Amino acid sequence: MALHWLLALLIIATFGFGVYMADLPFSPSRLKLYSWHKWAGVTILLLSTLRLLWRLSHRPPADAPMPAWQARAAHATHLLLYVLFFAVPLAGWAYSSAAGFPIVWFGVLPLPDFVPVDKALADTLKETHKLLAFAMAGLVLMHIAAALKHQLIDRDGLLLRMMPARR
Amino acid sequence: MKPIRLMVLTALLASVPASWAQTKPSTAAKPAAAAPAPAAAPQLQAAGSELLFVSRQMGVPVEGRFKKFDAQLSFDPKKPEAGRVAFTIDLGSASLGAPEFDAELGKAAWFDSKRLPQASFQSSAIKALGGGKFEVSGKLSLKGQTRDLSVPISLSQAGGITTANGSFVLKRLEFKIGDGEWADTSMVANEVQVKFKLLFSGVAAL
Repeated sequence: MALHWLLALLIIATFGFGVYMADLPFSPSRLKLYSWHKWAGVTILLLSTLRLLWRLSHRPPADAPMPAWQARAAHATHLLLYVLFFAVPLAGWAYSSAAGFPIVWFGVLPLPDFVPVDKALADTLKETHKLLAFAMAGLVLMHIAAALKHQLIDRDGLLLRMMPARR
Repeated sequence: MKPIRLMVLTALLASVPASWAQTKPSTAAKPAAAAPAPAAAPQLQAAGSELLFVSRQMGVPVEGRFKKFDAQLSFDPKKPEAGRVAFTIDLGSASLGAPEFDAELGKAAWFDSKRLPQASFQSSAIKALGGGKFEVSGKLSLKGQTRDLSVPISLSQAGGITTANGSFVLKRLEFKIGDGEWADTSMVANEVQVKFKLLFSGVAAL
């Protein structure tokens, strides 16, 4: 549960940085933002791995009562989100490598390059990273809207499932 | 042999020294001693030579290169102290591999290459260190600043080509490269590794 909120915060912030920094003129600030964005992305990748391991090893609560189509939509959204939590940063990492800028995590840990330096590949990966990130943003918005619908409209206490357990 | 064959053979033999007299294509200005003789003065072979620099941006190594540079070398390995080397670099030819960054490099905060297009190195001393290694000392002029520079170089020879390999660390702020907002060394480190591999023809045997 803690991972959910931590990742939610990181993902939203990192996405925001990404959208803002992409159109900046070349400057030290932009270099700093790009670095933070990449470091955050790699951190998200790491934490998502932990999250996934948790999810696979722990049974989630049973679905709250809702029409079958809503349950299916929820499951599909969650599945897609998990996929994108990995696909987006991986695409970003590959884009950085292909553009000739290896990632040095927090400026100290050099990460390997899984793709060669290749301008055409970099251009493709940049678009891929953007597309996947925006798709993820769309799903996140739907996810938030649906959660709020359950909590505020259906009043089925769904949000409590993602809160610290009551004593 | 028949006279005609003798004439053809003589003509062929005579054309060989003439082809030796062709100087190899290079960006170097022809030294005075480019006479049609096998032992021509040392000449830089632009193809195969490279001049690279690696800077660190927030920990990330970023490699760039100069695509246009020239060297004038007068060097006898038996008398290295009498040797001289002069190097010129076209700063506008600096490339980090991405057009956006290359355009940035030419700006006033960096190389300011429109105003000061050339960097140069003039040697004042060459010392033999043994085993094909030499130390070249001299002055580097870059972006209006001149600093002493001493570079260890190792020479190797194969097939008439002498390869000079060397590297040194240059402090970019000493030359005001990456000035103003870019002087922050946590963004771009002060130390820049410069590496070169220069191919020369016409150097006597080591």
